[in-house]
Amino acid sequence: MKILVAYKRVVDFNVRIQVKPDGSGVVTDGVKLSPNPFDDIALEEALRLRDKGVATEVVIATIAPADAQPHLRNGLAMGANRAIHVVADQPLAPLAAASALLKLVEREQPDLVLLGKQAIDDDANQTGQMLATLWGRPQATFASKLDVDGGKATVVREVDAGLETLEIDLPAVVTADLRLNEPRFIKLPDIMKAKSKPLETLALADLGSAAGPAPKITHYAPPAGRSRGVMVKDAAELVAALKQKGLV
Amino acid sequence: MAKVLVVAEHLGGKLNSATARCVSAAAALNPEAIDIVVLADDLAGVAAEAAQIAGVRTVRTVANPANAHPVAQVLAPQIAALAAGYSHVFGPSTTFGKDLMPCVAALLGVEQVSDLMAVEGSHVFKRPIYAGNAIVTVEMPAGSAVVATVRTASWPEAARGGSATVEAASVEAALPTHTRFVALAGASSDRPDLQSARRVVSGGRGVGSEENFRIIYSLADKLGAAVGASRAAVDAGYVPSDLQVGQTGKIIAPDLYIAVGISGAIQHLTGIKDAGTIVAINKDGDAPIFEIADIGLVGDLFQILPALEQALG
Ligand SMILES: Cc1cc2nc3c(=O)[nH]c(=O)nc-3n(C[C@H](O)[C@H](O)[C@H](O)COP(=O)(O)OP(=O)(O)OC[C@H]3O[C@@H](n4cnc5c(N)ncnc54)[C@H](O)[C@@H]3O)c2cc1C
Ligand SMILES: Nc1ncnc2c1ncn2[C@@H]1O[C@H](COP(=O)(O)O)[C@@H](O)[C@H]1O
Repeated sequence: MKILVAYKRVVDFNVRIQVKPDGSGVVTDGVKLSPNPFDDIALEEALRLRDKGVATEVVIATIAPADAQPHLRNGLAMGANRAIHVVADQPLAPLAAASALLKLVEREQPDLVLLGKQAIDDDANQTGQMLATLWGRPQATFASKLDVDGGKATVVREVDAGLETLEIDLPAVVTADLRLNEPRFIKLPDIMKAKSKPLETLALADLGSAAGPAPKITHYAPPAGRSRGVMVKDAAELVAALKQKGLV
Repeated sequence: MAKVLVVAEHLGGKLNSATARCVSAAAALNPEAIDIVVLADDLAGVAAEAAQIAGVRTVRTVANPANAHPVAQVLAPQIAALAAGYSHVFGPSTTFGKDLMPCVAALLGVEQVSDLMAVEGSHVFKRPIYAGNAIVTVEMPAGSAVVATVRTASWPEAARGGSATVEAASVEAALPTHTRFVALAGASSDRPDLQSARRVVSGGRGVGSEENFRIIYSLADKLGAAVGASRAAVDAGYVPSDLQVGQTGKIIAPDLYIAVGISGAIQHLTGIKDAGTIVAINKDGDAPIFEIADIGLVGDLFQILPALEQALG
């Protein structure tokens, strides 16, 4: 069984995002970039399926500018067998990304495609669902448990009402939630090994994926701030403050 | 003029209040009409509830045993078929809508607006990115249908008292059988629902254990509040995952939010930015939660919470 993992590079989750004063974007010069946390979880799950002998090959794919090679080497060091770099100068909106990923799916014919449930830069939470739809295959989003058995998978999903279990036929798309697993740490020898693993580079234009007109972001603004309020010294003062606001 | 189709969310024969919030977002377009579509197995109760939302013209129902559980790949083709004639299709930014609406968008061949916070024009909206650390104005391509999930914390519930017509819609759509619902382990409780409660008491890693969480529940009961949690508290197994508040949990806007033993990571704060009053109780006076709290109290939660219950009388 082959697994394809969509592995996006994003601004590290610890970075405090600053909006540029002229509203033209957020400051990304010099900020730390990391794999999308959910994609690390997706990759870890794929590696565990390979460790268990369920999967034989794990392929990671990213759509990103030319300087994203170290990002893919990182995924290879974590344990992926090979990587595909679709070079695109501009970020793609989710339907465009899903269309490009569909082209890779058609080439690679994976039995399972794992993605993160959302990319923490655009917070779109769309790409996996769109890929499943374009591909005409099942989706199980927000997965916190995944069992693959023969041509089927059983997935536990974190939903607002609790935990939902779905059974899906393979091939299928699964998107990873935070509690699916805890990604492994990369060891130094693995970084060395990753250097010789196959990394294929493709131009987005050569994939021939269709993408409709893109949304335009016309302005960036900082969120409406909340400011520091008052400090109270004990429970009695807290209750008094709440009563004054009519909250209790 | 805009015509909006709102996808109803429901569970156990009850309409989710997120639907009425989507109607408010739809109304901000000043549309010619707002219709609601209810897809279900047995839908009488839900359709009747939806028909009472003010401003709704028609509730269109699709009864089908295949719709007994909200399987996105089953619902999406039906919604896409019904979307003809509408300029906008809205669903809530709940796990239901997040799972489903991108499938509808893909079937219609359009990008989706996630977490719609404000309407600036028929194709111009505001939405948050980077865990709410930036708000962008996004312009969707003119002339194409707009599919969006509505950030429920940004919109009030539309009023009741409407009387929309309820009519059965017929849809021609091939429905897949490749995805089968197995079970829902509901955390259904008698407590107020986290997403619609006016008061919420949340516990974090500082609470220390599942057992200790009893003091959070106890304060919540006293206040008639829902219970929430940080990711760390969920990860540690103190409470079930559906209590998580934040970027990847629930985004809520209660009148009162009490954060207990929560440090205030950006991923948590993004879930509570729209709360009316935020109270923080933390033993570390430098915890970032105090930078945004309206009322802060530094101290040991195990002493403060019992005292607070007593002071509340
Ligand atoms: C991609 C991603 C998504 C995430 N999504 C979310 C999300 O949706 N929601 C979320 O909450 N987090 C999320 N996180 C995690 C987030 O970054 C923080 O790790 C998390 O919010 C910390 O939880 P906490 O405040 O309970 O724990 P800690 O940061 O460990 O804070 C515990 C606090 O308790 C206080 N404390 C300890 N003992 C006591 C006591 N006896 N009395 C009073 N105070 C005490 C401490 O002073 C401390 O401030 C996400 C992270 C990532 C990377
Ligand atoms: N440019 C990209 N390259 C690789 N994977 C991507 C890309 N964009 C989105 N994805 C995948 O889709 C998931 C959801 O992204 P989004 O829909 O943007 O929130 C991510 O976690 C990735 O797994």
